[in-house]
Amino acid sequence: MERRQIQLPLSEQAVRSLKAGELLALSGPLYTARDAAHKRLTETLQQGLPLTVDLQGQTIYYAGPCPAPPGQVIGSVGPTTSGRMDAYTPLLLQHGLRVMIGKGQRSPDVIAAIQSYGAVYLGATGGAGALLARHVRSSEVIAYPDLGPEAIRRLVVVDFPVIVLIDTKGSNLYLSGPAQYRRDR
Amino acid sequence: MREISVDLIRDCVARLCQEANFLLPPDIMEALRDAAGRETSPAGQAVLDDLLENAALARSRRMPICQDTGMAVVFAEIGQDVHVTGGWFEDAIRQGVAQGYTTGYLRPSIVSDPLLRRNTGDNTPPVIHTRIVPGDQLHLTVAPKGFGSENMSAARMLSPSEGTDGIRRFVLETVEKAGSNPCPPVVIGIGLGGTLEKAALLAKQALLLPSQASNEQSHLAELEKDLLQAVNDLGIGPGGLGGKVTALALHILAWPTHIAGLPVVLNMGCHATRHAEAYL
Repeated sequence: MERRQIQLPLSEQAVRSLKAGELLALSGPLYTARDAAHKRLTETLQQGLPLTVDLQGQTIYYAGPCPAPPGQVIGSVGPTTSGRMDAYTPLLLQHGLRVMIGKGQRSPDVIAAIQSYGAVYLGATGGAGALLARHVRSSEVIAYPDLGPEAIRRLVVVDFPVIVLIDTKGSNLYLSGPAQYRRDR
Repeated sequence: MREISVDLIRDCVARLCQEANFLLPPDIMEALRDAAGRETSPAGQAVLDDLLENAALARSRRMPICQDTGMAVVFAEIGQDVHVTGGWFEDAIRQGVAQGYTTGYLRPSIVSDPLLRRNTGDNTPPVIHTRIVPGDQLHLTVAPKGFGSENMSAARMLSPSEGTDGIRRFVLETVEKAGSNPCPPVVIGIGLGGTLEKAALLAKQALLLPSQASNEQSHLAELEKDLLQAVNDLGIGPGGLGGKVTALALHILAWPTHIAGLPVVLNMGCHATRHAEAYL
C-alpha cells in the first residue's frame, strides 16, 4: 500500500489534512516518553516550571527501547499502550504537543483534547519493535537519564511507518475498523 | 539421585531468556502465516505482514521481537531425584535472568516495588513456579511476559449457575475491553476451576500450549472452539484495526473446584506469546 510521506515536525495545517485510516511514512525528529517521563513532565508543568524538552508542535512516541547492542543505533523500539498516558495527555496537548504515536484506545478526554487543540494520534504496529528499529537513524537521551528505558530520547526517524488512528475531527479507526468486521450472533 | 549444579541452571536460564525473546516459536509463526492467509481486512493484513517480517528480522539479527522483553516467568519441573548443588536453586534462576537480559541487550522492565517504582536494572527478580515431579530431570521453561497483554488479563469468581454462558460473557467482555492494547492477534489462556490463584496459574500455563492443541476433554475442546469463534466475531482484528483474526488460539485448562464456585481467569498473550524450554 502507498504511504504518504510526512516530514516532522508537522505544521498545524498538515495535521488537519490527515484522515483516520491513512498510511504515513514519517521522517524527522520525535521524542520517546512513557509512564514515568509523563509523570515528571506533568509535575513540572503543574509547578509552573518550563519543560526541559520543548514540546511545542512536536511528536511524542510512547516507547521505551531495548538497549542498543554495540554498533547499533537502538534496540527494538515498538509502541507501548497509549492509554496509560491518558491521564497526562490533555495537559501536554494544551502546552503544544501536536502528534502522538502509540497503540491502543484513548479516553474520551484525550479524544476531546485532540479535537480542540488540533492534534493527531498515530499508530505504529504493536509488537513489531525489531522492524521499527530499522527506521531509526539516531537516538540520544535528552532528559531524565535516571529513568533508564523510560528516559526521554530524541530519535531521528526515516520512513517510519504509521497509520492515522484518531484525526483532528475525532474520527477513530479503532471504532470504524472493527465495526466493518464485527459479526453479531 | 542426580546432581545438577547451579551454574548449569543459571546458564540455561540465561540462554532461554534470549531464545524466547529472539525466536518466535514455530507453532506461533505457523499460526500467524495461517492468519495472513485468511485475513480479508487490508489494514489487518498489513499488520500481519509487519509481524511476520518482524519475526524474521528478530531471528536473523538476534534482536528482541518486542522492546517489552517482559517479566521473566520461569516454570521449573524438578524431578524428585534431582539434587541441586553449589548454591540455592532460586538464586541460580535469578542470576540466569540477570545474565540473559544484560548480555542479550534485553530491556530491564522490572521495578523493585509496585509503588516506589525503581528499576532494578537487570530485569530481576523473575516470577518462579516450581513443581516437584517424578524422575531425575529438570525441565525449565522461560516465558517472558509483556505487560501490554498482561494488563488486559482478568479474573472473575462466577457462580456455578452461570455456567458456560457466564464464561462466554466474561471472555467476550474482557477481549472487547482489551481491544488493540494487547497487540492482537492475541493468544488467550483460560484457567477454569480450582481456587483464585490456581485458576490464574492454569491460565498462564494454557498460554504455553502448542497453538494447534485442543483440550483432551471433548466438552472443553468444544468450548475452546466456540469461544475462539466468538472472539474472532468481535472484529477487532490484527492491531485492533478491524479484521477477521483477533485471536490465533484459545486454550482452556481446567481443575476440580468447590461445590460453591466457578473461578475463571483469562490471561491475555500478545501475538508472540514468547517461551523457550530446555531439559537438564
